Amino acid sequence: MGILKKERDFVLPGDKIVESLDYLPGKNCFRDGNSIYSKRVGLVSFKGRVIEVIPLTGMYIPEPGDMIIGEIKDVQFSGWAVDINSPYQAFLPLSGVREFIDPAKMDLSKVYGIGELIYAKVTSVGPSKGVNLSMRDPSARKFKNGRIIKITPVKVPRVIGKKGSMINLIKERTACRIYVGQNGVIWLQGENEPLAAKAIKMIEEMSHIEGLTNYIENLLKNEGKIKGQVMK
Amino acid sequence: MNIQNQYIRNLITKGDRIRGRALDQYRDIVIEKNPIKNAEGSALVKIGKTEVMVGVKLDIGEPFADTPDEGILIAGAEFSPIASPEFELGPPGENAIELARVVDRGIRESKCIDMKKLCIKKGEKVWMVNIDIQPLSHDGNLIDAAGIAAIVALMNARLPKLEDDKVVYGEKTDTTLPVNDIPIPVTVAKINGKLFVDPDLEEEDSIDARLTITTKSNGNVCALQKGRTGSFSFEEIEEAIKISVRKGKEIREIVKSLKT
Repeated sequence: MGILKKERDFVLPGDKIVESLDYLPGKNCFRDGNSIYSKRVGLVSFKGRVIEVIPLTGMYIPEPGDMIIGEIKDVQFSGWAVDINSPYQAFLPLSGVREFIDPAKMDLSKVYGIGELIYAKVTSVGPSKGVNLSMRDPSARKFKNGRIIKITPVKVPRVIGKKGSMINLIKERTACRIYVGQNGVIWLQGENEPLAAKAIKMIEEMSHIEGLTNYIENLLKNEGKIKGQVMK
Repeated sequence: MNIQNQYIRNLITKGDRIRGRALDQYRDIVIEKNPIKNAEGSALVKIGKTEVMVGVKLDIGEPFADTPDEGILIAGAEFSPIASPEFELGPPGENAIELARVVDRGIRESKCIDMKKLCIKKGEKVWMVNIDIQPLSHDGNLIDAAGIAAIVALMNARLPKLEDDKVVYGEKTDTTLPVNDIPIPVTVAKINGKLFVDPDLEEEDSIDARLTITTKSNGNVCALQKGRTGSFSFEEIEEAIKISVRKGKEIREIVKSLKT
């Protein structure tokens, strides 16, 4: 049969993309018999012999190495249960914390209490999606104040941009401190934070259009001028 | 406490809101009437991203013994998981029951339906009005959306055809329900002594207390419901009533402009 879908065709989960052994399934695809099918709602992308589906929407599926923003949900005997805006709950074990803690002598909720936000690294994802976190990364930290906004996790690469171009633009123009979690949770703090939040929401809504960086640059310039708070 | 809740509380204390609204500003209200063909009357109300569908179903039943010449009004709400990941299947929880009761109380106590006119044969047969509330998307302030949807659905309901005292569904007559008032619920939320209307989902998580006030066309208060653990002082309740009379009037104009 050969190739059934073209580049950038819209596919649903279970849609057949090719019926041939010449291609390999990449991200968000799987092989069954001779054919390759899509796992997600999204657009087809051919990368040589590898077929990928770029998802348009969906939950955050944790992968080792991701930096995420999570909320402490429970303090347990040997660690913390963390909500990572995903179908799977994560666990931050005592071994994942920088300081030495003796759970027999110390109150774990003094270190991280329920409701606190942390920027942590996913260290491992087990076969049944048991997620382990670690704070032993140099950039890992706890957030004291500021605010969060949530976006669709699949749009996170657009918010960050090529080599961080988009997020650096927003940081520069609004003088906000911004941390982007791969799980779609974004933490920000600063004077001009409503403008930064607006820009991020706009990126999420218009992620498909071309020249988005220029558009956002104009938005930040114009809105910043009205408020008289352009910062460089 | 979560830093997001703390952030929202600080903003409200300063008189700002997370989506840039004024304290007494509703999100955009969109009302669609009679979207369901099989119901005698229905309405879909959207307040921002909150969506509530209300259907009115009419049936014939026996009246209660203490009111033999009056119709019966029943309101029920069901929170299905389609509206929010926090809603679970199963029997209605306390929030669903509260929602149904607040809507029911607003309509019953405003006496906007002339119950005597719903009597077919005294002591034997009366119309039963079932109001079914189904949130489709939960982004805060379900009570106001459900209350508006319920009254719009009632205003647009038509009695079905009667044949030998049996209801023939699918054939509607031109007779409408005897609705003669438009009660509008307005929920006033409180954070650190500041009062504001129409909390969205994030704001609802951070509020101290809320007070739902249903007002009639003439500005009379006909129902109250207080929620959450915080409290209101006398002055705050007076202020809240003033806000709800004013906002109720604005929403009532939107509802009236629909009626054709």
